[in-house]
Formats: sequence, C-alpha cells, structure tokens
Amino acid sequence: MAPVRGDGMRGLAVFISDIRNCKSKEAEVKRINKELANIRSKFKGDKTLDGYQKKKYVCKLLFIFLLGHDIDFGHMEAVNLLSSNKYSEKQIGYLFISVLVNTNSDLIRLIIQSIKNDLQSRNPVHVNLALQCIANIGSRDMAESFSNEIPKLLVSGDTMDVVKQSAALCLLRLFRSSPDIIPGGEWTSRIIHLLNDQHMGVVTAATSLIDALVKRNPEEYKGCVNLAVSRLSRIVTASYTDLQDYTYYFVPAPWLSVKLLRLLQNYNPVTEEPGVRARLNETLETILNKAQEPPKSKKVQHSNAKNAVLFEAINLIIHSDSEPNLLVRACNQLGQFLSNRETNLRYLALESMCHLATSEFSHEEVKKHQEVVILSMKMEKDVSVRQMAVDLLYAMCDRGNAEEIVQEMLNYLETADYSIREEMVLKVAILAEKYATDYTWYVDVILNLIRIAGDYVSEEVWYRVIQIVINREEVQGYAAKTVFEALQAPACHENMVKVGGYILGEFGNLIAGDSRSAPLVQFKLLHSKYHLCSPMTRALLLSTYIKFINLFPEIRTNIQEVFRQHSNLRSADAELQQRASEYLQLSIVASTDVLATVLEEMPSFPERESSIKKKNVPENEIRESKSPAPNAVNSNANADLLGLSTPPAGVNNTGGSGTLIDVLGDIYGNNNAATYNTKKFLFKNNGVLFENEMLQIGVKSEFRQNLGRLGLFYGNKTQIPLTNFMPVLQWSAEEALKLNVQMKPVDPTLEAGAQIQQLLTAECIEDYADAPTIEVNFRYNNVPQKFSIKLPLTLNKFFEPTEMNGESFFARWKNLGGEQQRAQKVFKAQQPLDLPGARNKLMGFGMQLLENVDPNPDNMVCAGIIHTQTQQVGCLLRLEPNKQAQMFRLTIRASKETVTREVCDLLSDQF
Amino acid sequence: MMLFMLLFSRQGKLRLQKWYMAYPDKVKKKITRELVTTILARKPKMCSFLEWKDCKIVYKRYASLYFCCAIEQNDNELLTLEIIHRYVELLDKYFGSVCELDIIFNFEKAYFILDELLIGGEIQETSKKNVLKAIASQDLLQEDEAVEGTLRDIGLL
Repeated sequence: MAPVRGDGMRGLAVFISDIRNCKSKEAEVKRINKELANIRSKFKGDKTLDGYQKKKYVCKLLFIFLLGHDIDFGHMEAVNLLSSNKYSEKQIGYLFISVLVNTNSDLIRLIIQSIKNDLQSRNPVHVNLALQCIANIGSRDMAESFSNEIPKLLVSGDTMDVVKQSAALCLLRLFRSSPDIIPGGEWTSRIIHLLNDQHMGVVTAATSLIDALVKRNPEEYKGCVNLAVSRLSRIVTASYTDLQDYTYYFVPAPWLSVKLLRLLQNYNPVTEEPGVRARLNETLETILNKAQEPPKSKKVQHSNAKNAVLFEAINLIIHSDSEPNLLVRACNQLGQFLSNRETNLRYLALESMCHLATSEFSHEEVKKHQEVVILSMKMEKDVSVRQMAVDLLYAMCDRGNAEEIVQEMLNYLETADYSIREEMVLKVAILAEKYATDYTWYVDVILNLIRIAGDYVSEEVWYRVIQIVINREEVQGYAAKTVFEALQAPACHENMVKVGGYILGEFGNLIAGDSRSAPLVQFKLLHSKYHLCSPMTRALLLSTYIKFINLFPEIRTNIQEVFRQHSNLRSADAELQQRASEYLQLSIVASTDVLATVLEEMPSFPERESSIKKKNVPENEIRESKSPAPNAVNSNANADLLGLSTPPAGVNNTGGSGTLIDVLGDIYGNNNAATYNTKKFLFKNNGVLFENEMLQIGVKSEFRQNLGRLGLFYGNKTQIPLTNFMPVLQWSAEEALKLNVQMKPVDPTLEAGAQIQQLLTAECIEDYADAPTIEVNFRYNNVPQKFSIKLPLTLNKFFEPTEMNGESFFARWKNLGGEQQRAQKVFKAQQPLDLPGARNKLMGFGMQLLENVDPNPDNMVCAGIIHTQTQQVGCLLRLEPNKQAQMFRLTIRASKETVTREVCDLLSDQF
Repeated sequence: MMLFMLLFSRQGKLRLQKWYMAYPDKVKKKITRELVTTILARKPKMCSFLEWKDCKIVYKRYASLYFCCAIEQNDNELLTLEIIHRYVELLDKYFGSVCELDIIFNFEKAYFILDELLIGGEIQETSKKNVLKAIASQDLLQEDEAVEGTLRDIGLL
C-alpha cells in the first residue's frame, strides 16, 4: 500500500484496522459502539475540539455509516467543517454532507450559506468542491438558491474550464429536479455554443446538459444540431494524436462522440438541411469504415471504446430509419459481431439487431443471420445472451420463417432455463397466432407448448386456443383428435386437461365415429384425470360431462353415476357438490330438447384483436424506447389476453366498452375500496356509486320532504353471468326507527353485460347519523364476491332550501347561540383553495346559498330546513375561508343538537 | 446517466457506494444486497451487462473488487465499462498499484477522485491527466496546510 499524500489521519487508520481485525460481527459491532460513544462524548464535551479532531471524528462516523450502520449525530460538526479555512477539513465536511444529509434536512440553510461562500472563492478548487456538493444533494432548495450563480459561471468568459465543466453538470443535476432553473432567451444560444468550446472537457460536460435541455424543448435548442454534426465530424476524422489526452486507447474522444450521437437522436429527421445531412451520413460511414480497419491495439479498452461509438452510430442510423444503405451496412457489421469471441459484443449485437429487424429496410438483411441467431439461442453459455437471441428471433419472425423459428423455439423450450420459459411460451404463442395460415399448425404448436412447458402456459394462452378453435370450424375436428391423443400420454399437464375437457365437450362428437375415440372412451379418458386435478379443473370437467350427456345420450348413465358420486359429501368442495347435483338434476328432469338448447354449442367469440398479440410491443415503440420486447411482456403479465375475462383492476373504465350506465356519466376514481367513499354524493343525487372490474353500480335518486326514492343500477361488466346476486341492507333495527329504508328484491342472476335496477324507498322519521350501507354479494366464476357500499342517503338529503334576507338570517343566527345549537370546525382547505367549487358544493348540499348576506363576500352562508316525520329542524351554515392560511372555518347552527353535529361532521374536510 | 456505482469485494463487502439518484436508505440497502448476490453468482465469462428492473447493470471485476454501475436504458454499456476502467486507472495512478486495502483505508480519497470524474451521474472529465491534476492541486492545498500547521506548532509562524 502506498503512503497517502496530503495529511493522513492516524486515528482513522487505527480504527479501520481495529474493525478489520474483528473476528466476528459481534466484535465489530462492539468496537463500533465503543467508538460511537467516544465520538459522542467528544462532541458533547465542553472542551472545544480543533478542526483536525473534528475532521477525524466526522470521517470515522462516515466510515461507520458506510459499513452499513445508522448514524444519527455529527451532522452539525460536519456543517461546521464547511466553514473551516483549511481545505482538507472543508472537503471532509462536504463529503459527509454529500453522503449523509438528506435533502430536507434542517441544516440545509447552513449548508447553502457555506456553499455560497465557497462559490465566491477565487480558488477553483474551492468552487468545484461547492459545485460537487450542490450536484450531490441536488435538491429543490439547492436549485432555488443557486439558479442565478450557476448559469453565470457556465457561460462567463472569466470562468476557468474546470469550473465550467462542473457548472454544466451541476446545472444539469438541478435541472432534473427543478426544470425551471434554466434561463431561456439569449442563454439558449450561449449554452448551445458551448459545443464549439476549445476545451474538450467543457464540450463533453456541456453536451450532457444540452441533451437534457433538448429533450425538454427540442425546438428551442434546434441550433445544436449543426454544431453537433460538425464537431462530431471533426472528431471522427481526426487522427488519434490530434486530441492528445482526449484520445482513449487510440480512439479519439469516445465519450464526446457517443454523447453527440445521442444528442442527435433527439431529432427525427436529424436535420432538414441537405448539406448537414450529407456531412452526417459521411461521418456515419466513416465510423462504419473504421470498424473494418484492423485494431490499433489488442487491448479490450480499445475495442470497447471504438465499438461504443459504432453502436451509438448504429443507434442513430436505426433511429433515423431513412438510409437503406447505412442500415444494411450496420446489419452486416452486427452480423460479424454475432460470432465475435467477446460475449459483450455478441450480446449488444443481438440487442441492436432486434431494432434493425423492425425496419423495413433492414428486416430482410437481419433474416440472413437467422441460423447464427438460432445457434446463439442454443449454445450461448450466458442466459442473458440466450434470452437476447430469443428476443431477436421473435423480432425477425415473419410469415416466411415463422414455422421454422417457432419450431426451433419449441425445441429449445424443452431445455430452456426456467427463468425465461414463461416469456418464451408467450412469444411462441403470439408468433403462432400472428403468422398462422394453417390453423392445424397453430393447434399443434399450442398443444406442444402445453406438453413441453405446461407450468409456464398462462391462462390466457389456453383460453385463446379454445377461442380460436371455437371460431374456426375447419380446425375443430383436428383439434378434438389431437387433444384426445395428447390426453393419452400417461402424465399430462393440467392445462392439457382443461383444454381437452373444453374441446371434447364441444367437439367430441366429431371424433366419436372412430371406435378408438368412442364416447365412452373419451369420457373415461377425461375422468381418469379428474382426481389429479384442482377444483377449478374438476368443475370444468363436470361441465364437459353434462355436455357429453347432450352429445352422447348413450353414456348418460355412466355420467349420472359420476354426478351422483360428487353431489354429496364425497366432494369436499361446495362448488363441485353444487355443480354435480345441479347437473344431475338437469340430466334427469330436462327433456332432450331442453337439454339440447341449454347445452348448445358455444357461439363464436366476437372476433377482436387477440390481446395476446397486444402484448407484442408495437414496432415503432421498440425503436423509440430501445427497450426490447421482453420488458413489455413482463409488465403486462396479468393483462387480459383474450377479452374473456375482465379489464384489469384499477383501471378506471370511463370510456367505451365497460361503462353501462353512461347516461349517468361522472365516474369517480378508486374502485377497489371495499367500502366505497360516498362523500361526493353529499352534493349530488345521481352518478356512479361504485365500480370495479366486474360490477358497476349507478344511482339515481330524488327526495321530497322527508321521503326519498333511490334507483340502484347494477351493471355486469364481465362476459359471464354473476350468480347468487344479492344486495343486503346493513342498517340496524334501531337506526331503522330513524330512517326507514325498504328495498325491492332483485333477480339473483345478473347476465353478462346486462344491467338490472333495484328500487329503494327511504323515509326519514327522525334525524340520524351516517348513512345505510348495502352489502352486495354474488359469485363471479363461482368465486364468492362481496362489496360494502355506503348509500347516498345522508341526512342532508332531506333539506329544504330556505330563502331569507340578511336581517332575518342574523336574527336567527343570534337566536341559535346556545351551546348545544352550535358546532364549529376549522380544517385545512383542499389544494388549491377553490371558492367557486365550494359554492357549487354547498348548492348541491341541499341548503339555500344566501347571496349578499355576509358582509365579507368570500364567506358563504346557507339556510335550510331538515324534514323528518316527527319535526322540522331549521339549520344555518357559515363557511369562512382563510386564503392566507388555506383553511376553512365551518359553523353550523341548528335548533337540535344532533342535527348540528351531524351536518357539521358531514361537511368538515369537504372543501 | 449513471444511477449509482457500487464497489464490493468478492466476499460481498461493500467498499464504496455512490448514488446519483435520491433513494431512501432502506432502498439503497436492498438494491445493494440484491445486486451483490446477483453479480457474485455470475460466472467469469458471462456478459458484463444485465437487464435489471428498469435499468441496465454494467459490471467488471478487477482483482478482488467488483465495480458495478447502474445506467439508464439508453446509455451506452461499452462506454460505461470504460468509465469504470478510467476510474480504476485513476485510482491506480494515484495510489500506485491500487489494491482493495487502499480503498478501505483511504475511502475519502476514492470519493474525491470519483467526484472529479463524474458529477451528477455524468462524466465530467475524460482526460486522465486533467483529473490527476485536479486531485494534485487538492493535495497541494492540504500539504500547504499541514506544513503551516507544523510551523505553527513549533512556534515559527
């Protein structure tokens, strides 16, 4: 170990050695605690520590923190170090703060002051230290405090180059947290012209900044394109000796080149000017040419730097997607990399080719490398490279090579890594569907998928194959035959049983003529799997059996026997029991005609674009985001592939397909809450009360005096009926003495896509608190569901608005001054404070909003009478905003205490 | 933009961490744990890049130390490898054949050098000479101060 320059800290070195010598974790913790106690006592002690000691202890704390321990003191001492006149102490102070002070620390003001002082320093070393600290913290506070200084430092003629570099990146860091920090106007061109700076380091730093600014405002910074192209061109044609220390292993300025190439990718087309365009193309060609030259060094650094520029140039070529010649050359170059001995290069070449495959100009070129790519998929040692090869095969697939690629992927799947199986299965399923001309091929592929990798076949995939078979008559017989054969395997995956059960239930008759697949044989084959399957699959099989009774009356008794077995306690699952007994009854009671109608062949599914294919990322998106397909596939993993099931939860289905009660409009968010927040219905009577992926509940209501009528509209958003549908009122008998609610029964089955209405009547007998709830119970796909929803039946619904003038208002106001008649709440306003909004709400609340009554025009006053059967309760309201504090004060005065409190509770926090 | 850089040993001990994005401490620890395990499990000839969450990881092993950087999707992987290499070169030049111990005992220096190379996750100065010059002028200030301190101690100032 070399001796350290500067002044070392002996105490720190000793401490670090001690820690390293600890034999166990416990010993280490003990040593650290001892040190912490020591430092704490030093910091607390009365004797003043000198700068060196402070520095040493702060450094020790930092070391302890970096070992992974929490540090909760020493911040103040570190901040003190910032104002030390010794650089070494200052530097340690800054380091501690960069690592340990979080952005909203109380100390930030003190820190900012110290930074300000150092920014003024004549010594560039101090200025840079301050800039680094700003960049390390990078908070809004920092942006606000330095939004003047830093841009000035950046463009001023007096600033030294090293400071300019730091200033550019510091500004970039602040811009990321506070985009408004960048001055516009004349600054724009001064910043752009940094691209012409003499100093390569300044240009490199500035290019990063400009790249971010361009992303924000491409039009304003458009002038950078010409400068960037000419700078790039000069670098690329320079000899490696020209740029001295900015040449890296014989490659001239690779960092700057890559940054400039990235900068240009913000524009498409990069430029409209033919001259600039020609120069750019020439430059890109030069880069491609250089890739063919023999290497100037055997070092990996040389090849990495050179290829970094090359890959970035290819990115730009792909991004522009307008120069067929360059695209083809890029493709050839990448093709060579596919057999390079460097794993990194092979990986990047595969990745880059994925993008090339999506361009019409280079798609065919990419296909020339198909064999090598297939080999990569099979032979690469690194799974991430294999996965990239799979991605590329997926990207290069078209109608011409689909069969071959799908076959290769299927072959590989047998031995593929577990980590990529699921994704591969999905890819194969998508390709098979997308490029199927012959649907028997499609059926074969999917059944093979299930056979080879059944565990990784998601529901969507097997749903989809069923959907396609049902919709395509020509393939039904083939599907039945193939699935029947597949089921004969001694061990077959449960997903195969599902597909088999469904397809034979629908189309088993098409193969029943063959004695090898006679009805009884089919039934016995399926039933031999029954006991190995999950309840879900068993339920599906029971449905298949009842369909068999319709298709093959001759085996009715065998099937009834099975139903009988499972209709009692032998089936642990209640759903199976029920299904079995219902099917049994159906088979006994129903005539052949009825049975044939009930169990008619499934109608075709509406032909819509398979959402399995939607998982496929649109081609232009791939190119834009440069993120290859697999990410998108994963992120959509629970998306609905078929349109068979329902939209994913959490999506507010405002437009189009899902909304049944569109007349009511106005849907509001948060649809997974079990108890639905009905506070909005304080101010309105109609709207969507509840919505999730299965069910939508709308409400329409009207009130007169103490009576109310509610219509609830239940809409089934799914493709299957909701059964055992039963809303239950949750309103205790005691409460019902105050508010009597009657509910008409509804039909227990809510058909797919259908809507039913339920009428409720309410009678307010006496004032009450809160509102009744209904609990909606039903079964979706035989899974019990339950939601509790508060009804919009709050006390204010029985308000009658009362007009009165200011005089009588204040007279009544005074009269209602008793302790029990007043209620008041002060609460924070919703942001931003919205007075017109508040007025609207009050008007919807049911009271009369009285104009020109309160001397302060911002204040709102209202009057109303609550009608109950037993009495009428007068009620006054005053709402006073405090704009400065962003608060509201709400006062309610009413002739009855309980009413006062309830109205006040209902309204607090609502504005 | 680089999101963070981690240096850890073959035994999985974290030697240096630099975060260019504000993550809560808990998240930092979690990320570190996950990445250290993932990377240590990889075999020598494997690719130096991996997709991880929504970013890319670029790593390289130098003797007993792993250097691991997270970059954004659009960043250039190969050049990130060379940022790592440049940092190693700088450490090597500064300490003279750098080893893990140098970084353990002089972790603050390792930070100072990194701050001269990268700011806010972007490369600031690619010239080795210029970075070393900046570090040298820092050291010069310190040495002056040290001399001054000694002189004062013995009563000469």
